Amino acid sequence: MDVLNAIVALLNYVVVPGVAYGSQLALGALGVTLIFGILRFSNFAHGDTMAFGTMVTILLTWALQAAGISAGPLPTALLTLPVAIVVTAVVLLATDRVVYRFYRRTRAAPITLVIASLGVMFIMNGVIRFIIGPGEQNFADGSRFIITARQFKAMTGLREGLAIKVTQGITVVLAIVVVAALFWFLNRTRTGKSMRAYADNEDLALLSGINPERVVTVAWVLAAALATIAGVLYGLDKSFKPFTYFQLLLPIFASAIVGGLGNPLGAIAGGFVIAFSEVTVTYAWKKVVGYLVPEGLEPSGLLQLLSTDYKFAVSFAILVVVLLVRPTGLFRGQSS
Amino acid sequence: MTGNMRNILLFVIVFALIGAVGFLQSWNVALVILNMGLISALMALGVNMQWGYAGLFNIGIMGFVALGGLATVLTSMPPVTEAWAAGGLRVLVALAVGAGTIALAVRAWHRVSRRRGLVVSTIVVVGFIIYRWLFDPAVEAIEAVNPAATGYLGGLGLPVVLAWPVGGLLAAGAAWIIGKTALGLRSDYLAIATLGIAEIIIAVMKNEDWLDRGVKNVVGLPRPVPYEVDLQQDPEFVARALELGLDPATASSLYVKLSYGIMFAVVLVIVLLMAELSLRSPWGRMMRAIRDNEVAAEAMGKDVTRRHLEIFILGSAVCGIAGAMMTTLDGQLTPGTYNPLRYTFLIWLMVIVGGSGNNWGAILGGFLVWFLWVEVEPMGRWLIEVLTAGMSPDSALRAHLVESAAHMRLMTMGVLLLLVLRFSPRGLIPEK
Repeated sequence: MDVLNAIVALLNYVVVPGVAYGSQLALGALGVTLIFGILRFSNFAHGDTMAFGTMVTILLTWALQAAGISAGPLPTALLTLPVAIVVTAVVLLATDRVVYRFYRRTRAAPITLVIASLGVMFIMNGVIRFIIGPGEQNFADGSRFIITARQFKAMTGLREGLAIKVTQGITVVLAIVVVAALFWFLNRTRTGKSMRAYADNEDLALLSGINPERVVTVAWVLAAALATIAGVLYGLDKSFKPFTYFQLLLPIFASAIVGGLGNPLGAIAGGFVIAFSEVTVTYAWKKVVGYLVPEGLEPSGLLQLLSTDYKFAVSFAILVVVLLVRPTGLFRGQSS
Repeated sequence: MTGNMRNILLFVIVFALIGAVGFLQSWNVALVILNMGLISALMALGVNMQWGYAGLFNIGIMGFVALGGLATVLTSMPPVTEAWAAGGLRVLVALAVGAGTIALAVRAWHRVSRRRGLVVSTIVVVGFIIYRWLFDPAVEAIEAVNPAATGYLGGLGLPVVLAWPVGGLLAAGAAWIIGKTALGLRSDYLAIATLGIAEIIIAVMKNEDWLDRGVKNVVGLPRPVPYEVDLQQDPEFVARALELGLDPATASSLYVKLSYGIMFAVVLVIVLLMAELSLRSPWGRMMRAIRDNEVAAEAMGKDVTRRHLEIFILGSAVCGIAGAMMTTLDGQLTPGTYNPLRYTFLIWLMVIVGGSGNNWGAILGGFLVWFLWVEVEPMGRWLIEVLTAGMSPDSALRAHLVESAAHMRLMTMGVLLLLVLRFSPRGLIPEK
């Protein structure tokens, strides 16, 4: 029995990665849910929007690195992130002008907008591969760890180490700041309130003089910011590869739906539910259990429920269960 | 009548494009495009049943196509007897236990009223432990049997053409499970659910080495047509080829491709005939009535969810057949190459460009979009080379652009989708 070591192992392998991944998913799901709330369609181009914003960040980061500018212990990408958000927002607004606005005006069925978003996804995917290529890019720099496993062991004298990467710290801090700012905006400002009114009841909002184009513009800008931040954080934490970002679409949508599409609070909760389920189900529990059971009874297998290749299956299974048991999601979302 | 003339003209144009490839590049390339065009047309037909007849938004086509490919391996490869002896039966029992656990859990969820959650989770946990206890050693034993060449259970050793209906059945089975859970939910949810199941199917095929060797690929699948080498050694064939003024090597490869083409065309015609007949039957009318106004159809006493399940299964089965045909044509199963852009969204593009709700449109779209998919890449490379001709030959930018030209096709397809959706939303051959 060695509860302390077990707790540290659990923190190191499950809780810390889960929190970081959950924050990234939550930010992505917020973007999806926001667009769904305001424009009333599932935006399948969101994964590629994340990839696009990240790509811009990477290109700018390379430029800064070449110029010898860095952010000290923090990744240089944090300096270029705001610029990338602006670029992505401009691109999304242009897409809205060229593609989506027409269908909004003609009041097309939501599914038409979804198909249009598939077209946008194709184009964005092509543009990204055209500019930066389909390969993997690593752009994290600065110092790597807030605390390394060795330091932790020396500090506490435990057998298990706890390592926290700088990128994980940044992810959590930035996610908290962004979410706080977003909720302040939605709940306290005039524009934010008009957005919520528009999402709640379009006709009533129009009657009270809310300008729909303005609401839509703000929604796209917010989606661009959320997507870029989520994408950059994911890329810093793991690495950037266009196809991985496309595949992130599934856990992100699962998070948004599990939380209740159109509900920002639900998107955050959904992100953490999905992230923690993925991590716990694909983690080999041998070590943690080994500390907890009496000596001699250690498990011989890895105690891994599913191999990590099946993490999609986890988000999907949770999605299905939630849809069957509570079709509007954990937090009541919109149904349209 | 003029509408019919227009449609015939469209088909003539598409086949003329493929013919032009034959004259300008080579007939081999043209036949390759034609064969994959036939398969693509079949896939588009399946998707058109789901989307065009019933308005179901399925973006998991890749999964059904892959299941068809898996069926080819399971049907046609010879069984690996040592692997079966090592743990074949145990794997089957394990899978049965797994399926039984899920069935029992579902039943308990519906039947038990007190402490439902506790009962169901106990069933799941106990079932899972038994399943893993049976499954893991068996898989290890199977994968240890000559891992470089086999390491899997093999198939049934049946003729490969039988794999096509089997592929359809496999896909239909998967569609039944998905349909039972996800149909009746909102359309966006069905989309996500199908997207997810497709990824899971690919993940299973990539990782379950005992089933299909995973990313080690199964190569050398049996062929329904003779091998080129055998033809070239057949004196009769060589004489016939020389008579036609072809050298035996070219002739043999053309012969093989043409044989495939004829087989695929037969399947396509049969499926098209059945699809057209069903569309015109009372059943087809009911389908379209449901699509156009679900509430009204339901008020008339139509069982909407059940009809949706039927059409979902049928359409998926057609995709499964097409997937089995494709793997047969390739002669190998490579789970690592399934990519949703190519196997799901490209098929969607075919349906939308061709004309959703019209079977002929779907077929036209299948040929046309496949032709573009193949030919845009060389065209894009040519375009880039012309555009960058002014740059110095060792410029890094030029090298990058030429290298990236391959990705032009994604952009072209996206632009095509948006243009058709905006300016001709009913497609090239609209629904009547």
